[in-house]
Amino acid sequence: MLSRTADNLYWLTRYVERADCLARILDVSQRLAYTPVTYGGSTNEWGSAVLTAGCAESFIARYGPLEEATEENVVFYLAFEAENPSSIRNCFEVARTNARSVRTALTSEMWDVINSAWIELRNFPNRPLDREELANFLAFVKETSLRFDGATFRTMLRNDGYWFARSGAQIERADNTARILDVKYHVLLPEKERVGGPLDYFQWASILRSVSALTAFHWVYRDSVKPWLVADLLILNRQMPRSLAACYDALARNLDDIASGYGRQGPSQRLAQGMLARLTNRSVDDIFQAGLHEFITDFISDNNKLAAAITDQYLT
Amino acid sequence: MPHAFDEMTGADGAVRPAYETLQQWLSSVPRDVLDHRRKEAEYIFRRIGITFAVYGEQNSQERLIPFDIVPRIITQPEWTRLAKGLEQRVKALNMYIRDIYSTREILRAGKLPEEMVFQNPAFRPEMNGRRVPHDIHVHIAGIDIVRTDPDTFYVLEDNARTPSGVSYMLENREIMLRLFPELFSIHKVAPVENYADNLLATLRSLSPHGGHEPNVVILTPGIYNSAYYEHSFLADKLGVELVEGRDLFVKDETVFMRTTEGPKRVDVIYRRLDDDFLDPLVFRPDSVLGVPGLMSAYHAGNVTLTNAVGTGVADDKAVYSYMPEIIRFYLHEEPLLPNVPTWRCREADHLKYVLEHLPDLVVKEVHGSGGYGMLVGPSADRAQIEKFREKLIADPNNFIAQPTLALSTCPTLVEQGIAPRHVDLRPFILSGSDKVRIVPGGLTRVAMKEGSLVVNSSQGGGTKDTWVLDA
Repeated sequence: MLSRTADNLYWLTRYVERADCLARILDVSQRLAYTPVTYGGSTNEWGSAVLTAGCAESFIARYGPLEEATEENVVFYLAFEAENPSSIRNCFEVARTNARSVRTALTSEMWDVINSAWIELRNFPNRPLDREELANFLAFVKETSLRFDGATFRTMLRNDGYWFARSGAQIERADNTARILDVKYHVLLPEKERVGGPLDYFQWASILRSVSALTAFHWVYRDSVKPWLVADLLILNRQMPRSLAACYDALARNLDDIASGYGRQGPSQRLAQGMLARLTNRSVDDIFQAGLHEFITDFISDNNKLAAAITDQYLT
Repeated sequence: MPHAFDEMTGADGAVRPAYETLQQWLSSVPRDVLDHRRKEAEYIFRRIGITFAVYGEQNSQERLIPFDIVPRIITQPEWTRLAKGLEQRVKALNMYIRDIYSTREILRAGKLPEEMVFQNPAFRPEMNGRRVPHDIHVHIAGIDIVRTDPDTFYVLEDNARTPSGVSYMLENREIMLRLFPELFSIHKVAPVENYADNLLATLRSLSPHGGHEPNVVILTPGIYNSAYYEHSFLADKLGVELVEGRDLFVKDETVFMRTTEGPKRVDVIYRRLDDDFLDPLVFRPDSVLGVPGLMSAYHAGNVTLTNAVGTGVADDKAVYSYMPEIIRFYLHEEPLLPNVPTWRCREADHLKYVLEHLPDLVVKEVHGSGGYGMLVGPSADRAQIEKFREKLIADPNNFIAQPTLALSTCPTLVEQGIAPRHVDLRPFILSGSDKVRIVPGGLTRVAMKEGSLVVNSSQGGGTKDTWVLDA
């Protein structure tokens, strides 16, 4: 297929995934911000939402230091701000522009989801929303990504187009999970607070919530929430679809499918396999021993390297 | 203006046989049902994203063309006549263009003035003495037809460059099938859905080197082009790649596209890009939409461009007026479809007549399209006419004039109910190396405003499904 088509598909799914992640971050931040401080609520939760979304620099340039970030500013910036290239509104705009450029590579169902979302987006006012409006908006964003993934899964031919589309989503998802861990890793470290205190529970639970994994946690471990199990679930557990291991499991497979379709392996296949191996032959103890923060920082950087390798190998 | 012929009720007010069933159905269906279906159609169009852009309008990047749910009916005998005339016309167009870029017999025979060719901005000296694959230049033509009475169809305009609108022809039919299945059970409507298949067969037949599977692509200026929807629609229906200039490159006088598996050779390019933008090395150097070196591959005979470069020399409104002569010269036949009588303002006696009769005439720019820059005498006020008179005197070469035809009307759903509105018809004629293909019907455009004769979508015109009925 055309390199530009593959590129558009790859970024289309990345932006849909990004919008979904942003919606979850806003959801959780709101919840934490309303939790009393004695129960693990925090006063600068909005600042950390900006950090997790990865747009701290541009936010600070506009609104000042993160410590002073307000709910109104952050919600508007992450959800609607036209000047923020990764605001949810812009994610949908870019996704639709990409989708229009590659309409022939999308099924009509996939196009319909993106185009309808883009039309519906105009019904949300371009001003700070009240709480109910915001809840509706976030529900709409999450539903859009669910419908889009569903349409992709149910209707798309299983060929290179599908694999590029899925690779984009997995790269973005891995990046998002890693950034949530990057911003919150300190609450998972044993020296921070006394383990098992009531304060910790809410912090840990909020991490799980931000990747929609609180219920899953209990089903997987049948245990109360413990920081190393949270780390295990989000990093190493392949049952958990947003874990780094699950993302790379899927990525490595997608890239292998591309390679066998084309009859040629390349740098991106090797990188993905290497990353998967590191996430496989590992226990969460090893990771804590070697340093959780370093592990996550390295992961984010390697994930970006893989994205660059995919671009270089196929998309240009 | 004379009274217009209505295709449903005819001259005497009696419903014409082809429309009897439809008329009964229309009068039996409650108004709110029709309104509801019309809204449904609009909703579907917007959902699918069948939109177009109007240049020079802000904040309306994507607009819908109004769709009228009342179909237009053409009978099989009428269509057979039309199709023959269209095939003849396109054949002559092709012979004319081949001649103009080779020996120019027609100029030597003095059948039309030389400046018609050499001062024509669409004339491409780069094509002088160049053969094109299979000697066919206009592979996809859209010939605009108007009707004035039961027996008279005129050719209003030839479109030999990149005629658009065929996606509406196809989507209109799909929507009608979805909204009004009952109508199709009581009418024998000739299908149009094989257009895409015909187009692909035509394009494949044009490959510069026969034999193996030719790689056909559609070249679009990109998503901001007003007809982008159509480009992507066609690529999808044909199952070929929709490429932009940056997806292609030329090496060793051969065109390749950049794919995820490396370069892939391209054989036939259905380009929806004007000549000017095709190759910055030959035409406009500032074009970023084209492909540097494309013309070298074209001249080397390694790629087919559809339509060929330089076909514009055949379809401006001044050359139009010579079409009957052109048909007689190359085919030794009388034109089957007449031209609308045309005054060429470049000629002194014609200009004199036009200036004396401005309130009765339609005056058009020779190279205009889209309904821009024209004067419709009968519906213009005195000031508009005087302003136009000045323009005309200042640059008479740039204008032609025609009588204001009483274009036929068709029943159309408007605010006040079902009312007659003026229509035209654009059938699409495909010329391959093997044969000519025309699907029955075409795109009917309708002027939604009462009395208006301007059907162009950029001027608020709408479209209708067009039915060729088997008896």
